[in-house]
Amino acid sequence: MVKPPLHRPRRSSKVRYGAAAIVVGGALLLSGCSKQSIISNASPQAHGITVLWWWMLGVAALVFLGAVVLLVIGYVTRRRPGLPFLGQREIAAQGLVLVFGIGIPLGVLVALFGVSDIYLIRQTAAPAPRTTALTIHVIGHQWWWEVRYDGGHPVTANEIHIPVRTRVNLVATTADVIHSFWVPQLNRKIDMIPGQRNRILLYADRTGKYRGQCSQFCGLQHANMGMFVIAQPQSAFRAWLAHTSRRSSSPTTPQARAGKQLFLTSQCASCHFIAGTPAQGTIGPDLTHVASRSTLAAATIPNTPRELADWIHNPQAIKPGVRMPDLGLSWRQVDRIVAYLEELK
Amino acid sequence: MATVINPRGQQYVDLLDRVWGERRGLVGWLTTTDHKRIGIMYFFTALAFFGAGGVEALLIRTQLFGPHGHVLSPAAYDQVFTMHGITMIFLFVIPMTTGAFGNYLLPLMIGARDMAFPRMNALSYWIYLASGIFIYIALAQGHAPNAGWFDYVPLASKTYNPSINIDFYGWGLIFNGISSTAASINFIVTIFKLRAPGMSLNRMPLFCYAFLAVSFALLFALPSLSVACLFLELDRQLGFHFYDASHGGNPLLWQNLFWIFGHPEVYIIILPAFGIATSIIPAFSHRKMVFFPLVALAEILVAFLGFGVWVHHMFTVGYATVTTIYFAAASLIIVIPSAIQLFAWITTIMTGTPQFKTPMLFIIGFIVFFIIGGLSGVTLAAIPFDQQVHDSYYVIAHFHFVIFGAAVFPILGGMYFWFPKVTGKLYHEGVGKLSFWATFVGTLVTFFPMHILGLMGMVRRNYTYPPGLGFSTLNALETVAAYVLAAGLLMIVLNLAISYFKGPAAGNDPFEGDTLEWSTGSPPPPYNYAVIPTVTSPYPMWDKQDRELDNKRLERGEGVLALGHRTPGTTVQDARLDEILNMPPHSIWPPVTALGLAGIFAMLLLGHLFIAAGFAAVIALTLIGWHHHGVQP
Ligand code: HEC
Ligand SMILES: [Cu+2]
Repeated sequence: MVKPPLHRPRRSSKVRYGAAAIVVGGALLLSGCSKQSIISNASPQAHGITVLWWWMLGVAALVFLGAVVLLVIGYVTRRRPGLPFLGQREIAAQGLVLVFGIGIPLGVLVALFGVSDIYLIRQTAAPAPRTTALTIHVIGHQWWWEVRYDGGHPVTANEIHIPVRTRVNLVATTADVIHSFWVPQLNRKIDMIPGQRNRILLYADRTGKYRGQCSQFCGLQHANMGMFVIAQPQSAFRAWLAHTSRRSSSPTTPQARAGKQLFLTSQCASCHFIAGTPAQGTIGPDLTHVASRSTLAAATIPNTPRELADWIHNPQAIKPGVRMPDLGLSWRQVDRIVAYLEELK
Repeated sequence: MATVINPRGQQYVDLLDRVWGERRGLVGWLTTTDHKRIGIMYFFTALAFFGAGGVEALLIRTQLFGPHGHVLSPAAYDQVFTMHGITMIFLFVIPMTTGAFGNYLLPLMIGARDMAFPRMNALSYWIYLASGIFIYIALAQGHAPNAGWFDYVPLASKTYNPSINIDFYGWGLIFNGISSTAASINFIVTIFKLRAPGMSLNRMPLFCYAFLAVSFALLFALPSLSVACLFLELDRQLGFHFYDASHGGNPLLWQNLFWIFGHPEVYIIILPAFGIATSIIPAFSHRKMVFFPLVALAEILVAFLGFGVWVHHMFTVGYATVTTIYFAAASLIIVIPSAIQLFAWITTIMTGTPQFKTPMLFIIGFIVFFIIGGLSGVTLAAIPFDQQVHDSYYVIAHFHFVIFGAAVFPILGGMYFWFPKVTGKLYHEGVGKLSFWATFVGTLVTFFPMHILGLMGMVRRNYTYPPGLGFSTLNALETVAAYVLAAGLLMIVLNLAISYFKGPAAGNDPFEGDTLEWSTGSPPPPYNYAVIPTVTSPYPMWDKQDRELDNKRLERGEGVLALGHRTPGTTVQDARLDEILNMPPHSIWPPVTALGLAGIFAMLLLGHLFIAAGFAAVIALTLIGWHHHGVQP
């Protein structure tokens, strides 16, 4: 269902070695699976966070070992001749508490604070206004993502195309409840909050398809609110942008023409928008170029004619509670609509 | 102690038995004001809710065993994980620590005969029971709260959650909060005023410091939650707009109010566990705590600093960098008092002669999990990293190590530790150790892989996950481990239950404990101590000459205070005898008052404000009965 990224991540083998040395087993899983993992990063921002993570893990492992060693010493010397309850080696013990409880933590924490909360935080911060060539607005809906490019057009859903190696200013907000925009391989997450326009930097080192997911609980179908960021070479991106800005194509076959008719006369048109037709709904995703997307319903099912038909026939079976009702269409009617939508490349 | 007394002392003991006797049977339990019996009721109620929360956890894990699980519908899943959180935090851990452990042990440890306000103590319990039932009625009806235990708006608003689910949350938590507030006031006064003469603050057991800190934290944190819930209900039931961005409200107001309560809450959950640990470690290490004053200070500091870090739950809401940096720094500072306590425990064990009996094993487990949870907590104060893994399974792993590993393990260890005191029987050591290993391994394998899943991008609160992301293996492993953990917990309950009936007699002091409770009978008599104990150090049970002195005083009838329900009141700092307090006897009014309150909240839930006011009038009447002292038997 989910295609592998176009290029294998460059750093993954290095990461794999570091990982295997520290967390046995688990780390293999981490780097082996690159679809949504913060470890197989594809931007300087996510890379910085990953490096920070490995450092923190290393230091944490040392602290953990240190504490365990002290406990083991206690275990080994447990049969020392009896103590008179009130304690011995008081000064030494207190010294240990001061060193381990105050001295070492203080040093480590100051270093961590400097690196992460003073330095790295700037690298991952939202871009300053007007320093980016492209702004994309992403609007969270229960349970899908509306994507608008500068100037209102084009509009798409659940798949965000960006040019590779280009700083993009992403403006995140919501149409209903709080969602959170998170594409782990590219950058940290940002919440989408009513009445607020939060921003974040989106940048990809290399072309690829990066999976993201809503990470703030947003109701019944929170689990099926995925999306993809697709990083393309500049030229491909510009071509996509130009194509997607166009109106929908007219249906060519009789079946598709019947489908269009059906679409416009049934309730579909009251919820969905198809540029160049009377369908002007804004409740569901823009379907002007729905056939050019690779998945449907926020990365829940692949976009094949079959799955599309199942979806239109009974969306509630695929995504229970979804804001698109089961309209009780016959399979015949569904097939016509599918024929029409499949032409909306 | 009451058993080894010569005839002269015995006459006083008989007198006390008569004065402090309570009614028998069900009526006895309903009307009791004995802190020990109230503690026992808290214990069993909290244990029952632990069972419910545990079943919910297993349902969650079973659903997540593989991708596209079908055990629960999405709607059911949302209710189950929300109830799991609410149950474990509000209906299990807090009542178990403050309610059961605190109630039972604290008066004993400070040499008092009861809590400062015995009837209010009973009231706290009955309100807790009623609020728990109140919230669980929602689940029984299939309308349990379903927006997560932190219940963010606008998901929890009327618009997106129109039915009654969230109202159970709003009113239920306000109701529950009354119980905790009353309990914390009771603890504070008890600790400050009822310590045995001689137990100046610097001689007070660390357990009591922990409960003092927790009580203050609860007292100041809960109003924020109650206000948040009140605003929520005003929004939902009367159309106010506190949280409604489209009418000038702000959904982040909820988050701030909630976490101003919610973060101190984390320390409220964990500090009693610290207290239990600092009781068990010296006893089994045969050594006093290293750096007692610093540890006491650290306990208080943790509770205090815990109020200044709440925004670290909100690093992704888009606040200005300066704001987040401030709260990150504050969060890092808390690491210091925590580390002080941690290494004080470790060095106490290291420089003592530790004996690894079951309670101590649970404390070792606690230390290990606390280090893991603490370290992952430190990583979350690195803002960019937090913003990466926030709301992922990494966070789930972190707080389960802290809340389950570090807070519940001492509870389990404490159950074993004080079981002989409460029941007079010894538990089975072999089964005890086995149960430790099952829960330890179960906990580790259930929660550790969640760190990795979080780094792999698995988001929390998802009822399902797709097969293609590599989440399946670890999830399956976690689910199996969760059942191992459950088996370990069952083993503990069975061990204790069977030992209660079949175990050998324990005697007063089976573990050579250091605090006062080990000097009295197992189980302790209703008046706790036949003679008010003498205290000259923080380790009174290790001061043998003081205990002998107490026996002599009993023979002379000195400090027996047998003329009525009496206990000495002492000065706050030095615990010099101040006055002799007359404690009220048993009473039926606390449960009646709780019932009236339940009526108020049920009517508020249903939106019948006038009937609710009627119930308030009824409560005013019950309070008259409450304050009308009958003649003592
Ligand atoms: C009440 C409003 C409503 C009606 C009526 C409705 N839809 Fe939808 N539709 C939605 C919503 C909302 C979504 C997004 C669901 C999700 O992913 O959570 C959606 C999603 C879709 C998608 C997937 C789009 C994508 O890119 O993921 C297709 C295709 C679709 N609808 C087709 C139709 C057709 C055909 C009809 C008429 C038979 C129809 N819809 C009627 C609201 C509606
Ligand atoms: Cu969402």
